[in-house]
Amino acid sequence: MKKLVVDCSTGITTEVELTAEEVAQREADAAAYAAELAEREAEATAKAEAKASAVAKLAALGLTEGEVAALLA
Amino acid sequence: MAVTHKLIQTVTVGAGGASNIDFTSIPQTYTDLRIVYSLRNTNTSVIAEIQFNGLSTNLASRLLLGSGTATSSVTSSTTIRTYGSNPSDYTASVFSNLEVYIPNYTGSANKSVVMDFVTENNATAAYLGFSAGLWSSTAAITQVTLTVSGGNVAQYSSASLYGILKS
Repeated sequence: MKKLVVDCSTGITTEVELTAEEVAQREADAAAYAAELAEREAEATAKAEAKASAVAKLAALGLTEGEVAALLA
Repeated sequence: MAVTHKLIQTVTVGAGGASNIDFTSIPQTYTDLRIVYSLRNTNTSVIAEIQFNGLSTNLASRLLLGSGTATSSVTSSTTIRTYGSNPSDYTASVFSNLEVYIPNYTGSANKSVVMDFVTENNATAAYLGFSAGLWSSTAAITQVTLTVSGGNVAQYSSASLYGILKS
């Protein structure tokens, strides 16, 4: 795995192999991103499920689809 | 007329991509820095982040964005973050626009960063937004590193660094 290094003092661009430490950092960053993504997806799913449950309960109380939509707007 | 906006370096990512793009040994002779990126990630993440002088500490940011269907904000106490990279599942061969502006980069005060970005996608979902970043450091900025989350900066992505003079 390589990084692109642009040396502004010479104008030379080089591809530099990542150090073991940099590779480890990238792997940690990727794991953190995956965890963050999973958490965000879980939150979105929970929110959608709560909304569906609320809609069902409102409908059970006798509200029409239009009335439920107006409440949620 | 004095040249107040000068291209310092420009680079295009080659075959195989790159883990990140580093501008190093940035000259200390300008007032501000402006970096214009055209980006695509090999991963499905839109996140692109900036670091200075090879350090990943004392960074913070807040971004405001629209996704095509909703608006939201994202706060980070550890990164300078944008949603400014086209992910791999967006329309093929299409790249984002990300602009980064760093005023007073040679000063001894903490460094502020202003960023605006837009991703491109032939679908409902695409992000545009603004981000404000802070690097709490008295050091002058000599290096700027851009990374994308989860993958590599894809081939044909590019970055151009400009120096800005007040007069």
